[in-house]
Amino acid sequence: MSSVYSEIILDYYRHPRNKGTLIDPQISAKDSNPLCGDIIEMQLELDKNNNVKDVRFNGQGCAISQASASMLTEIVKGKTVEEARKISKEEILSLIGGQLSAVRLKCALLSLKVLKTGIYSYLGSAGDSKEELSQF
Amino acid sequence: MQRHAQVLSNKKTSTYDVARIRADFPILQREINGRPLVYLDNAATSQKPIQVIQTLDQFYNYYNANVYRGVYRISEEATVAYEEARRKIANLINAKDPSEIIFVRGTTEAINLAACSWGRSNVGLGDSIMLTEMEHHSNIVPWQQLAREKGASLKYVGISDDGRLVRDEFHQHLEAGNVRLFAATHVSNVLGTINPIRELAGEAHKQGCKVLVDGAQSVPHMPIDVQDLDCDFLTFSGHKMCGPTGIGVLYGKRELLQEMEPYQSGGEMIREVHLYETTFKDPPFRFEAGTTDIAGAIGLGAAADYLTKLGLRNIRDHDKEITKYALSALGKVKGLKMFGPADPETRGGVVSFNLADVHAHDMASMLDEDGIAVRSGHHCAQPLMERLGVPATTRASVYLYNTEEEIDRLVESVERAGRVFKI
Repeated sequence: MSSVYSEIILDYYRHPRNKGTLIDPQISAKDSNPLCGDIIEMQLELDKNNNVKDVRFNGQGCAISQASASMLTEIVKGKTVEEARKISKEEILSLIGGQLSAVRLKCALLSLKVLKTGIYSYLGSAGDSKEELSQF
Repeated sequence: MQRHAQVLSNKKTSTYDVARIRADFPILQREINGRPLVYLDNAATSQKPIQVIQTLDQFYNYYNANVYRGVYRISEEATVAYEEARRKIANLINAKDPSEIIFVRGTTEAINLAACSWGRSNVGLGDSIMLTEMEHHSNIVPWQQLAREKGASLKYVGISDDGRLVRDEFHQHLEAGNVRLFAATHVSNVLGTINPIRELAGEAHKQGCKVLVDGAQSVPHMPIDVQDLDCDFLTFSGHKMCGPTGIGVLYGKRELLQEMEPYQSGGEMIREVHLYETTFKDPPFRFEAGTTDIAGAIGLGAAADYLTKLGLRNIRDHDKEITKYALSALGKVKGLKMFGPADPETRGGVVSFNLADVHAHDMASMLDEDGIAVRSGHHCAQPLMERLGVPATTRASVYLYNTEEEIDRLVESVERAGRVFKI
Protein backbone atom coordinates (compact mmCIF):
# COMPACT_ATOMS: atom_id res chain seq x y z
CA MET A 1 0.00 0.00 0.00
CA SER A 2 1.57 3.23 -1.11
CA SER A 3 1.92 6.08 1.31
CA VAL A 4 -0.61 8.86 0.96
CA TYR A 5 2.26 11.19 1.77
CA SER A 6 3.65 11.21 -1.72
CA GLU A 7 6.18 13.76 -2.84
CA ILE A 8 3.31 15.51 -4.61
CA ILE A 9 1.23 15.95 -1.44
CA LEU A 10 4.24 17.03 0.56
CA ASP A 11 5.23 19.50 -2.14
CA TYR A 12 1.78 21.11 -2.19
CA TYR A 13 1.82 21.17 1.62
CA ARG A 14 5.23 22.77 1.91
CA HIS A 15 4.91 25.04 -1.13
CA PRO A 16 1.22 25.75 -1.47
CA ARG A 17 0.09 27.26 -4.71
CA ASN A 18 -2.54 30.02 -4.64
CA LYS A 19 -2.47 30.47 -0.90
CA GLY A 20 -3.72 33.82 0.33
CA THR A 21 -6.71 36.11 0.01
CA LEU A 22 -8.36 38.08 -2.78
CA ILE A 23 -9.34 41.73 -2.50
CA ASP A 24 -12.80 41.47 -4.01
CA PRO A 25 -13.91 37.87 -4.49
CA GLN A 26 -17.35 37.18 -5.89
CA ILE A 27 -17.41 33.79 -4.24
CA SER A 28 -16.19 33.18 -0.72
CA ALA A 29 -16.75 30.38 1.76
CA LYS A 30 -15.12 28.87 4.84
CA ASP A 31 -15.51 25.67 6.81
CA SER A 32 -13.68 23.57 9.35
CA ASN A 33 -13.39 20.02 10.52
CA PRO A 34 -13.74 20.41 14.27
CA LEU A 35 -12.57 16.86 14.88
CA CYS A 36 -9.01 17.73 13.99
CA GLY A 37 -8.83 21.49 13.61
CA ASP A 38 -8.59 21.70 9.80
CA ILE A 39 -9.84 25.08 8.52
CA ILE A 40 -10.22 25.96 4.82
CA GLU A 41 -11.36 29.19 3.19
CA MET A 42 -11.82 29.45 -0.60
CA GLN A 43 -12.21 32.65 -2.59
CA LEU A 44 -12.96 33.01 -6.31
CA GLU A 45 -12.78 36.06 -8.53
CA LEU A 46 -14.89 35.86 -11.68
CA ASP A 47 -14.66 37.67 -15.02
CA LYS A 48 -17.76 39.02 -16.78
CA ASN A 49 -18.34 35.64 -18.47
CA ASN A 50 -18.49 33.84 -15.15
CA ASN A 51 -15.09 32.23 -15.66
CA VAL A 52 -12.87 31.79 -12.64
CA LYS A 53 -10.27 34.48 -13.19
CA ASP A 54 -8.42 34.01 -9.94
CA VAL A 55 -8.65 31.80 -6.88
CA ARG A 56 -7.08 31.62 -3.47
CA PHE A 57 -7.30 29.25 -0.54
CA ASN A 58 -6.36 29.96 3.05
CA GLY A 59 -6.32 27.94 6.20
CA GLN A 60 -4.48 25.59 8.51
CA GLY A 61 -4.55 21.93 9.27
CA CYS A 62 -3.21 18.57 8.25
CA ALA A 63 -1.15 18.02 5.13
CA ILE A 64 -3.97 16.20 3.34
CA SER A 65 -6.49 19.00 3.82
CA GLN A 66 -4.12 21.80 2.89
CA ALA A 67 -2.51 20.05 -0.08
CA SER A 68 -5.88 19.08 -1.54
CA ALA A 69 -7.08 22.67 -1.15
CA SER A 70 -4.07 23.91 -3.08
CA MET A 71 -4.54 21.29 -5.80
CA LEU A 72 -8.19 22.24 -6.07
CA THR A 73 -7.33 25.88 -6.74
CA GLU A 74 -5.27 24.80 -9.75
CA ILE A 75 -8.12 22.70 -11.15
CA VAL A 76 -10.67 25.47 -10.65
CA LYS A 77 -8.76 28.31 -12.29
CA GLY A 78 -10.06 29.05 -15.80
CA LYS A 79 -13.19 26.96 -15.42
CA THR A 80 -16.66 28.42 -15.61
CA VAL A 81 -18.65 28.51 -12.41
CA GLU A 82 -20.86 25.73 -13.82
CA GLU A 83 -17.82 23.54 -14.53
CA ALA A 84 -16.44 24.24 -11.08
CA ARG A 85 -19.74 23.20 -9.53
CA LYS A 86 -19.40 19.81 -11.24
CA ILE A 87 -15.93 18.92 -9.89
CA SER A 88 -16.33 15.51 -8.31
CA LYS A 89 -15.00 13.87 -5.16
CA GLU A 90 -13.45 11.18 -7.33
CA GLU A 91 -11.41 13.79 -9.20
CA ILE A 92 -9.94 15.12 -5.94
CA LEU A 93 -9.27 11.66 -4.53
CA SER A 94 -7.54 10.47 -7.71
CA LEU A 95 -5.20 13.46 -7.53
CA ILE A 96 -4.29 12.62 -3.98
CA GLY A 97 -3.77 8.96 -4.64
CA GLY A 98 -3.05 6.40 -1.94
CA GLN A 99 -5.63 4.78 0.32
CA LEU A 100 -7.51 7.08 2.59
CA SER A 101 -9.43 5.95 5.68
CA ALA A 102 -12.91 7.33 6.28
CA VAL A 103 -11.50 9.81 8.78
CA ARG A 104 -8.85 11.17 6.37
CA LEU A 105 -11.39 11.32 3.50
CA LYS A 106 -13.05 14.18 5.35
CA CYS A 107 -9.72 16.01 5.44
CA ALA A 108 -9.19 15.47 1.71
CA LEU A 109 -12.64 16.64 0.72
CA LEU A 110 -13.02 19.62 3.03
CA SER A 111 -11.84 22.10 0.40
CA LEU A 112 -14.23 20.71 -2.22
CA LYS A 113 -17.07 21.05 0.27
CA VAL A 114 -16.07 24.66 0.93
CA LEU A 115 -15.83 25.40 -2.81
CA LYS A 116 -19.26 23.97 -3.51
CA THR A 117 -20.78 25.78 -0.53
CA GLY A 118 -19.48 29.05 -1.95
CA ILE A 119 -20.65 28.28 -5.50
CA TYR A 120 -24.14 27.25 -4.43
CA SER A 121 -24.41 30.36 -2.34
CA TYR A 122 -23.40 32.49 -5.35
CA LEU A 123 -25.77 30.71 -7.70
CA GLY A 124 -28.55 31.15 -5.19
CA SER A 125 -29.62 27.54 -5.51
CA ALA A 126 -29.18 26.60 -1.87
CA GLY A 127 -32.02 24.09 -2.08
CA ASP A 128 -30.34 21.82 -4.65
CA SER A 129 -27.09 21.91 -2.78
CA LYS A 130 -28.32 20.62 0.58
CA GLU A 131 -28.34 16.97 -0.45
CA GLU A 132 -24.98 17.10 -2.15
CA LEU A 133 -23.26 19.01 0.65
CA SER A 134 -24.65 16.63 3.27
CA GLN A 135 -22.60 13.87 1.65
CA PHE A 136 -19.39 15.52 2.77
CA MET B 1 -14.32 -8.16 51.89
CA GLN B 2 -11.75 -10.56 50.47
CA ARG B 3 -8.64 -8.78 51.79
CA HIS B 4 -6.59 -11.97 51.77
CA ALA B 5 -6.97 -12.50 48.04
CA GLN B 6 -6.27 -8.86 47.39
CA VAL B 7 -3.09 -8.87 49.46
CA LEU B 8 -1.78 -11.86 47.53
CA SER B 9 -2.46 -10.20 44.21
CA ASN B 10 -0.77 -6.99 45.29
CA LYS B 11 2.46 -8.80 46.09
CA LYS B 12 5.06 -8.00 43.46
CA THR B 13 6.15 -11.07 41.55
CA SER B 14 9.85 -11.40 40.84
CA THR B 15 9.41 -11.53 37.08
CA TYR B 16 6.74 -9.95 34.94
CA ASP B 17 6.86 -12.18 31.90
CA VAL B 18 5.56 -9.85 29.19
CA ALA B 19 6.23 -12.40 26.42
CA ARG B 20 4.03 -14.95 28.16
CA ILE B 21 1.39 -12.30 28.74
CA ARG B 22 1.45 -11.24 25.08
CA ALA B 23 0.85 -14.88 24.09
CA ASP B 24 -2.54 -14.55 25.81
CA PHE B 25 -3.60 -11.84 23.32
CA PRO B 26 -4.29 -13.27 19.83
CA ILE B 27 -4.58 -9.85 18.17
CA LEU B 28 -0.98 -9.01 19.02
CA GLN B 29 0.03 -11.57 16.37
CA ARG B 30 -1.43 -9.39 13.62
CA GLU B 31 0.73 -7.72 11.05
CA ILE B 32 0.04 -4.33 9.52
CA ASN B 33 1.85 -3.59 6.25
CA GLY B 34 4.15 -6.52 6.89
CA ARG B 35 5.15 -5.48 10.41
CA PRO B 36 3.81 -6.69 13.78
CA LEU B 37 0.99 -4.49 15.07
CA VAL B 38 2.17 -2.08 17.76
CA TYR B 39 -0.97 -1.25 19.69
CA LEU B 40 -0.56 1.95 21.66
CA ASP B 41 -4.13 3.19 21.89
CA ASN B 42 -5.08 1.53 25.18
CA ALA B 43 -6.68 4.69 26.50
CA ALA B 44 -9.27 4.25 23.74
CA THR B 45 -9.75 0.54 24.30
CA SER B 46 -7.71 -2.43 25.48
CA GLN B 47 -7.06 -5.76 23.79
CA LYS B 48 -8.65 -8.93 25.17
CA PRO B 49 -6.88 -12.04 26.42
CA ILE B 50 -8.01 -15.43 25.14
CA GLN B 51 -9.33 -16.18 28.64
CA VAL B 52 -11.95 -13.42 28.29
CA ILE B 53 -12.80 -14.33 24.69
CA GLN B 54 -13.26 -17.98 25.69
CA THR B 55 -15.49 -17.00 28.59
CA LEU B 56 -17.81 -15.22 26.14
CA ASP B 57 -17.74 -18.24 23.80
CA GLN B 58 -18.52 -20.53 26.68
CA PHE B 59 -21.49 -18.48 27.79
CA TYR B 60 -23.02 -18.43 24.33
CA ASN B 61 -22.14 -22.06 23.60
CA TYR B 62 -23.23 -23.66 26.88
CA TYR B 63 -25.41 -21.64 29.21
CA ASN B 64 -26.78 -18.60 27.41
CA ALA B 65 -30.12 -17.72 29.02
CA ASN B 66 -31.79 -14.69 30.47
CA VAL B 67 -31.10 -14.10 34.13
CA TYR B 68 -33.34 -14.11 37.25
CA ARG B 69 -36.60 -15.10 35.63
CA GLY B 70 -36.07 -18.65 34.45
CA VAL B 71 -36.58 -21.62 36.74
CA TYR B 72 -34.64 -23.93 34.45
CA ARG B 73 -31.01 -25.04 34.77
CA ILE B 74 -29.23 -22.81 32.28
CA SER B 75 -31.03 -19.72 33.49
CA GLU B 76 -29.79 -20.55 36.98
CA GLU B 77 -26.26 -20.99 35.67
CA ALA B 78 -26.40 -17.66 33.83
CA THR B 79 -27.76 -15.90 36.91
CA VAL B 80 -25.05 -17.34 39.14
CA ALA B 81 -22.34 -16.30 36.67
CA TYR B 82 -23.78 -12.80 36.30
CA GLU B 83 -23.96 -12.23 40.06
CA GLU B 84 -20.53 -13.81 40.49
CA ALA B 85 -19.18 -11.20 38.04
CA ARG B 86 -20.74 -8.48 40.20
CA ARG B 87 -18.98 -9.94 43.25
CA LYS B 88 -15.65 -10.04 41.39
CA ILE B 89 -15.92 -6.36 40.50
CA ALA B 90 -16.87 -5.48 44.07
CA ASN B 91 -13.75 -7.34 45.24
CA LEU B 92 -11.59 -5.66 42.61
CA ILE B 93 -12.31 -2.19 43.95
CA ASN B 94 -12.93 -3.25 47.58
CA ALA B 95 -16.55 -2.15 47.67
CA LYS B 96 -18.40 -3.03 50.88
CA ASP B 97 -21.00 -5.09 49.05
CA PRO B 98 -21.81 -6.33 45.53
CA SER B 99 -25.04 -4.30 45.72
CA GLU B 100 -22.88 -1.21 45.29
CA ILE B 101 -21.91 -2.35 41.78
CA ILE B 102 -24.30 -1.35 38.99
CA PHE B 103 -23.67 -2.72 35.51
CA VAL B 104 -24.06 -0.11 32.77
CA ARG B 105 -22.76 0.31 29.20
CA GLY B 106 -19.60 2.16 30.12
CA THR B 107 -18.17 5.17 31.92
CA THR B 108 -20.34 7.57 29.93
CA GLU B 109 -23.57 5.84 30.89
CA ALA B 110 -22.37 5.55 34.51
CA ILE B 111 -21.87 9.31 34.73
CA ASN B 112 -25.19 9.97 33.03
CA LEU B 113 -26.89 7.67 35.54
CA ALA B 114 -25.34 9.53 38.44
CA ALA B 115 -26.23 12.92 36.94
CA CYS B 116 -29.84 11.98 36.26
CA SER B 117 -30.54 9.85 39.26
CA TRP B 118 -28.45 11.40 42.02
CA GLY B 119 -27.96 14.83 40.44
CA ARG B 120 -31.60 15.68 39.84
CA SER B 121 -32.51 15.06 43.49
CA ASN B 122 -29.46 16.65 45.05
CA VAL B 123 -28.47 19.62 42.91
CA GLY B 124 -30.77 22.63 42.88
CA LEU B 125 -31.09 26.29 41.97
CA GLY B 126 -28.00 28.21 42.99
CA ASP B 127 -25.90 25.11 43.68
CA SER B 128 -22.54 24.43 42.03
CA ILE B 129 -20.92 21.40 40.49
CA MET B 130 -17.12 21.45 40.47
CA LEU B 131 -15.22 19.91 37.56
CA THR B 132 -11.66 20.23 36.23
CA GLU B 133 -10.20 21.59 32.99
CA MET B 134 -8.80 18.16 32.14
CA GLU B 135 -12.12 16.28 32.06
CA HIS B 136 -13.31 14.02 29.27
CA HIS B 137 -16.52 15.21 27.61
CA SER B 138 -18.42 12.42 29.38
CA ASN B 139 -17.62 14.10 32.71
CA ILE B 140 -18.56 17.58 31.48
CA VAL B 141 -21.62 17.43 29.25
CA PRO B 142 -23.96 15.51 31.59
CA TRP B 143 -23.21 18.09 34.30
CA GLN B 144 -23.81 20.96 31.89
CA GLN B 145 -27.19 19.46 31.07
CA LEU B 146 -28.01 19.03 34.76
CA ALA B 147 -26.88 22.55 35.61
CA ARG B 148 -29.00 24.01 32.83
CA GLU B 149 -32.03 22.01 33.97
CA LYS B 150 -31.67 22.99 37.61
CA GLY B 151 -30.33 26.53 37.43
CA ALA B 152 -27.05 25.39 38.97
CA SER B 153 -23.60 26.54 37.90
CA LEU B 154 -20.36 24.82 36.97
CA LYS B 155 -17.03 25.68 38.51
CA TYR B 156 -13.72 24.52 37.09
CA VAL B 157 -10.41 23.72 38.77
CA GLY B 158 -7.70 24.88 36.40
CA ILE B 159 -4.45 23.11 35.56
CA SER B 160 -0.86 24.22 35.74
CA ASP B 161 1.43 24.14 32.71
CA ASP B 162 2.72 20.72 33.72
CA GLY B 163 -0.79 19.33 33.81
CA ARG B 164 -1.58 19.24 37.51
CA LEU B 165 -4.70 20.57 39.24
CA VAL B 166 -4.33 24.00 40.82
CA ARG B 167 -5.20 23.13 44.43
CA ASP B 168 -5.84 26.76 45.38
CA GLU B 169 -8.69 26.94 42.88
CA PHE B 170 -10.17 23.72 44.29
CA HIS B 171 -10.19 25.20 47.77
CA GLN B 172 -11.53 28.56 46.60
CA HIS B 173 -14.49 26.93 44.89
CA LEU B 174 -15.23 24.84 47.99
CA GLU B 175 -14.98 27.88 50.29
CA ALA B 176 -17.42 29.78 48.08
CA GLY B 177 -20.04 27.32 49.27
CA ASN B 178 -22.96 25.38 47.78
CA VAL B 179 -20.76 22.94 45.92
CA ARG B 180 -22.83 19.76 45.84
CA LEU B 181 -20.49 17.60 43.80
CA PHE B 182 -16.86 17.41 42.76
CA ALA B 183 -16.57 15.25 39.64
CA ALA B 184 -13.04 14.58 38.48
CA THR B 185 -10.94 12.13 36.56
CA HIS B 186 -8.57 9.91 38.52
CA VAL B 187 -6.08 9.69 35.63
CA SER B 188 -6.26 12.10 32.67
CA ASN B 189 -6.77 10.44 29.28
CA VAL B 190 -4.63 13.16 27.64
CA LEU B 191 -2.04 14.26 30.19
CA GLY B 192 -1.67 11.06 32.18
CA THR B 193 -1.87 13.12 35.39
CA ILE B 194 -2.88 11.10 38.44
CA ASN B 195 -5.05 13.32 40.60
CA PRO B 196 -4.78 13.09 44.43
CA ILE B 197 -8.35 11.86 44.82
CA ARG B 198 -8.03 10.69 48.44
CA GLU B 199 -6.96 14.13 49.68
CA LEU B 200 -9.40 16.03 47.47
CA ALA B 201 -12.30 13.80 48.52
CA GLY B 202 -11.41 14.39 52.16
CA GLU B 203 -11.51 18.15 51.66
CA ALA B 204 -14.74 17.99 49.69
CA HIS B 205 -16.48 15.84 52.30
CA LYS B 206 -15.62 18.33 55.04
CA GLN B 207 -17.74 20.87 53.14
CA GLY B 208 -20.58 18.43 52.58
CA CYS B 209 -19.67 17.98 48.93
CA LYS B 210 -19.98 14.56 47.28
CA VAL B 211 -17.30 13.13 45.01
CA LEU B 212 -17.62 11.27 41.71
CA VAL B 213 -14.42 9.80 40.28
CA ASP B 214 -14.01 8.97 36.60
CA GLY B 215 -11.88 5.84 36.90
CA ALA B 216 -11.84 4.95 33.19
CA GLN B 217 -8.05 5.34 32.97
CA SER B 218 -7.22 4.24 36.53
CA VAL B 219 -9.21 1.11 37.40
CA PRO B 220 -7.63 -0.93 34.57
CA HIS B 221 -4.13 0.20 35.48
CA MET B 222 -3.64 0.19 39.25
CA PRO B 223 -4.99 -1.21 42.53
CA ILE B 224 -8.13 0.71 43.49
CA ASP B 225 -9.66 0.76 46.97
CA VAL B 226 -12.88 2.76 47.19
CA GLN B 227 -12.76 2.59 51.00
CA ASP B 228 -9.37 4.28 50.92
CA LEU B 229 -10.34 6.84 48.26
CA ASP B 230 -13.70 7.32 49.98
CA CYS B 231 -15.29 8.44 46.70
CA ASP B 232 -19.09 8.48 46.64
CA PHE B 233 -19.22 7.26 43.05
CA LEU B 234 -16.68 5.61 40.80
CA THR B 235 -17.21 5.03 37.09
CA PHE B 236 -15.26 2.80 34.71
CA SER B 237 -15.45 0.86 31.45
CA GLY B 238 -15.03 -2.87 30.93
CA HIS B 239 -13.55 -2.54 27.46
CA LYS B 240 -10.58 -0.54 28.77
CA MET B 241 -9.67 -3.28 31.25
CA CYS B 242 -9.45 -6.30 28.96
CA GLY B 243 -13.21 -6.79 29.11
CA PRO B 244 -15.76 -6.77 26.30
CA THR B 245 -17.25 -3.61 24.78
CA GLY B 246 -20.70 -2.58 25.95
CA ILE B 247 -20.20 -3.12 29.70
CA GLY B 248 -19.11 -0.76 32.44
CA VAL B 249 -19.68 -0.03 36.09
CA LEU B 250 -21.10 2.62 38.35
CA TYR B 251 -19.99 2.08 41.93
CA GLY B 252 -21.96 4.07 44.49
CA LYS B 253 -21.97 4.06 48.29
CA ARG B 254 -24.89 1.99 49.52
CA GLU B 255 -26.55 4.79 51.44
CA LEU B 256 -26.54 7.03 48.35
CA LEU B 257 -27.89 4.38 45.99
CA GLN B 258 -30.69 3.59 48.45
CA GLU B 259 -32.06 7.12 48.08
CA MET B 260 -31.70 7.38 44.30
CA GLU B 261 -34.60 7.39 41.85
CA PRO B 262 -34.43 4.97 38.91
CA TYR B 263 -32.55 6.02 35.75
CA GLN B 264 -34.15 3.85 33.08
CA SER B 265 -37.36 2.10 33.93
CA GLY B 266 -39.12 -0.97 32.69
CA GLY B 267 -38.65 -4.64 33.37
CA GLU B 268 -36.42 -6.20 36.04
CA MET B 269 -36.06 -3.07 38.16
CA ILE B 270 -39.62 -3.31 39.48
CA ARG B 271 -41.25 -5.12 42.40
CA GLU B 272 -44.88 -4.69 41.49
CA VAL B 273 -46.46 -2.96 38.52
CA HIS B 274 -50.05 -1.83 38.55
CA LEU B 275 -51.79 0.27 35.96
CA TYR B 276 -51.07 3.58 37.63
CA GLU B 277 -48.27 2.90 40.06
CA THR B 278 -45.20 0.79 40.46
CA THR B 279 -42.76 -0.05 43.25
CA PHE B 280 -39.08 -0.43 42.55
CA LYS B 281 -36.40 -2.89 43.59
CA ASP B 282 -33.45 -2.15 45.83
CA PRO B 283 -30.07 -1.23 44.37
CA PRO B 284 -28.36 -2.46 42.26
CA PHE B 285 -31.33 -4.00 40.45
CA ARG B 286 -33.26 -0.72 40.59
CA PHE B 287 -30.71 0.65 38.11
CA GLU B 288 -30.52 -2.31 35.75
CA ALA B 289 -33.65 -2.09 33.64
CA GLY B 290 -34.39 -4.66 30.96
CA THR B 291 -32.04 -7.39 29.88
CA THR B 292 -28.56 -6.14 30.65
CA ASP B 293 -25.35 -7.11 28.84
CA ILE B 294 -25.23 -10.48 30.56
CA ALA B 295 -22.42 -11.84 28.40
CA GLY B 296 -20.55 -8.58 28.81
CA ALA B 297 -20.77 -8.71 32.60
CA ILE B 298 -19.61 -12.33 32.71
CA GLY B 299 -16.78 -11.43 30.33
CA LEU B 300 -15.88 -8.50 32.58
CA GLY B 301 -15.75 -10.89 35.51
CA ALA B 302 -13.24 -12.98 33.57
CA ALA B 303 -11.23 -9.81 32.84
CA ALA B 304 -11.23 -8.97 36.55
CA ASP B 305 -9.90 -12.50 37.23
CA TYR B 306 -7.17 -12.01 34.62
CA LEU B 307 -6.03 -8.67 36.02
CA THR B 308 -6.21 -9.89 39.63
CA LYS B 309 -4.10 -12.93 38.77
CA LEU B 310 -1.46 -10.71 37.13
CA GLY B 311 -1.71 -8.33 40.04
CA LEU B 312 -2.83 -4.71 39.65
CA ARG B 313 0.32 -3.57 41.48
CA ASN B 314 2.42 -5.44 38.93
CA ILE B 315 0.43 -3.94 36.08
CA ARG B 316 0.99 -0.45 37.49
CA ASP B 317 4.71 -1.13 37.87
CA HIS B 318 4.94 -2.36 34.29
CA ASP B 319 3.01 0.66 32.97
CA LYS B 320 5.35 2.94 34.91
CA GLU B 321 8.46 1.25 33.54
CA ILE B 322 7.31 1.49 29.93
CA THR B 323 6.09 5.06 30.40
CA LYS B 324 9.41 6.09 31.93
CA TYR B 325 11.18 4.56 28.94
CA ALA B 326 8.80 6.32 26.53
CA LEU B 327 9.15 9.73 28.19
CA SER B 328 12.91 9.42 28.01
CA ALA B 329 13.04 8.16 24.41
CA LEU B 330 10.50 10.67 23.08
CA GLY B 331 12.26 13.41 25.01
CA LYS B 332 15.30 12.89 22.80
CA VAL B 333 13.39 13.53 19.55
CA LYS B 334 14.21 16.97 18.21
CA GLY B 335 11.23 19.31 18.12
CA LEU B 336 8.97 16.99 20.09
CA LYS B 337 6.81 18.50 22.84
CA MET B 338 5.13 16.30 25.44
CA PHE B 339 2.21 17.22 27.70
CA GLY B 340 1.57 16.30 31.31
CA PRO B 341 3.80 15.71 34.36
CA ALA B 342 7.40 14.74 33.67
CA ASP B 343 7.64 12.33 36.61
CA PRO B 344 6.42 8.80 35.75
CA GLU B 345 5.62 8.22 39.45
CA THR B 346 2.82 10.77 39.27
CA ARG B 347 1.37 9.86 35.92
CA GLY B 348 -0.36 7.01 34.16
CA GLY B 349 0.77 5.45 30.90
CA VAL B 350 -0.74 8.08 28.61
CA VAL B 351 1.67 10.28 26.65
CA SER B 352 0.37 13.06 24.41
CA PHE B 353 2.76 14.89 22.15
CA ASN B 354 3.20 17.07 19.10
CA LEU B 355 6.20 17.09 16.78
CA ALA B 356 6.98 20.67 15.74
CA ASP B 357 4.09 21.77 13.53
CA VAL B 358 3.31 18.35 12.09
CA HIS B 359 -0.43 17.97 12.36
CA ALA B 360 -1.56 15.23 14.71
CA HIS B 361 -3.58 13.51 11.99
CA ASP B 362 -0.55 13.40 9.70
CA MET B 363 1.58 11.98 12.53
CA ALA B 364 -0.95 9.25 13.30
CA SER B 365 -1.29 8.39 9.59
CA MET B 366 2.47 8.05 9.23
CA LEU B 367 2.64 5.87 12.31
CA ASP B 368 -0.18 3.73 10.90
CA GLU B 369 1.91 3.17 7.75
CA ASP B 370 4.50 1.62 10.06
CA GLY B 371 1.91 -0.57 11.82
CA ILE B 372 1.64 1.59 14.92
CA ALA B 373 -1.77 2.43 16.40
CA VAL B 374 -2.02 5.71 18.26
CA ARG B 375 -4.82 8.22 18.61
CA SER B 376 -4.82 11.73 17.23
CA GLY B 377 -7.32 14.51 17.74
CA HIS B 378 -8.85 16.19 20.74
CA HIS B 379 -9.39 12.94 22.67
CA CYS B 380 -12.89 14.03 23.74
CA ALA B 381 -11.34 16.84 25.74
CA GLN B 382 -11.86 19.99 23.68
CA PRO B 383 -11.72 22.35 26.72
CA LEU B 384 -8.36 20.81 27.62
CA MET B 385 -7.04 21.29 24.08
CA GLU B 386 -8.02 24.96 24.31
CA ARG B 387 -6.22 25.27 27.64
CA LEU B 388 -3.12 23.64 26.11
CA GLY B 389 -3.39 25.96 23.11
CA VAL B 390 -3.35 23.19 20.52
CA PRO B 391 -6.06 21.92 18.14
CA ALA B 392 -5.01 18.31 18.63
CA THR B 393 -2.29 16.02 19.91
CA THR B 394 -1.01 12.55 19.10
CA ARG B 395 -1.47 10.18 22.00
CA ALA B 396 0.31 6.91 22.79
CA SER B 397 -1.07 4.94 25.73
CA VAL B 398 0.42 1.75 27.15
CA TYR B 399 -0.93 -1.28 28.95
CA LEU B 400 0.16 -4.56 30.49
CA TYR B 401 1.34 -6.10 27.19
CA ASN B 402 3.41 -3.27 25.71
CA THR B 403 7.19 -3.50 25.51
CA GLU B 404 10.21 -1.25 25.27
CA GLU B 405 10.79 -2.60 21.75
CA GLU B 406 7.38 -1.25 20.78
CA ILE B 407 8.36 2.16 22.17
CA ASP B 408 11.55 1.97 20.07
CA ARG B 409 9.39 1.40 16.99
CA LEU B 410 7.18 4.33 17.97
CA VAL B 411 10.17 6.64 18.30
CA GLU B 412 11.66 5.37 15.03
CA SER B 413 8.40 6.15 13.27
CA VAL B 414 8.05 9.56 14.85
CA GLU B 415 11.56 10.40 13.64
CA ARG B 416 10.68 9.18 10.15
CA ALA B 417 7.66 11.50 10.18
CA GLY B 418 9.99 14.31 11.18
CA ARG B 419 12.21 13.59 8.17
CA VAL B 420 9.27 13.34 5.75
CA PHE B 421 7.83 16.62 6.96
CA LYS B 422 11.32 18.15 7.13
CA ILE B 423 10.82 19.59 10.61
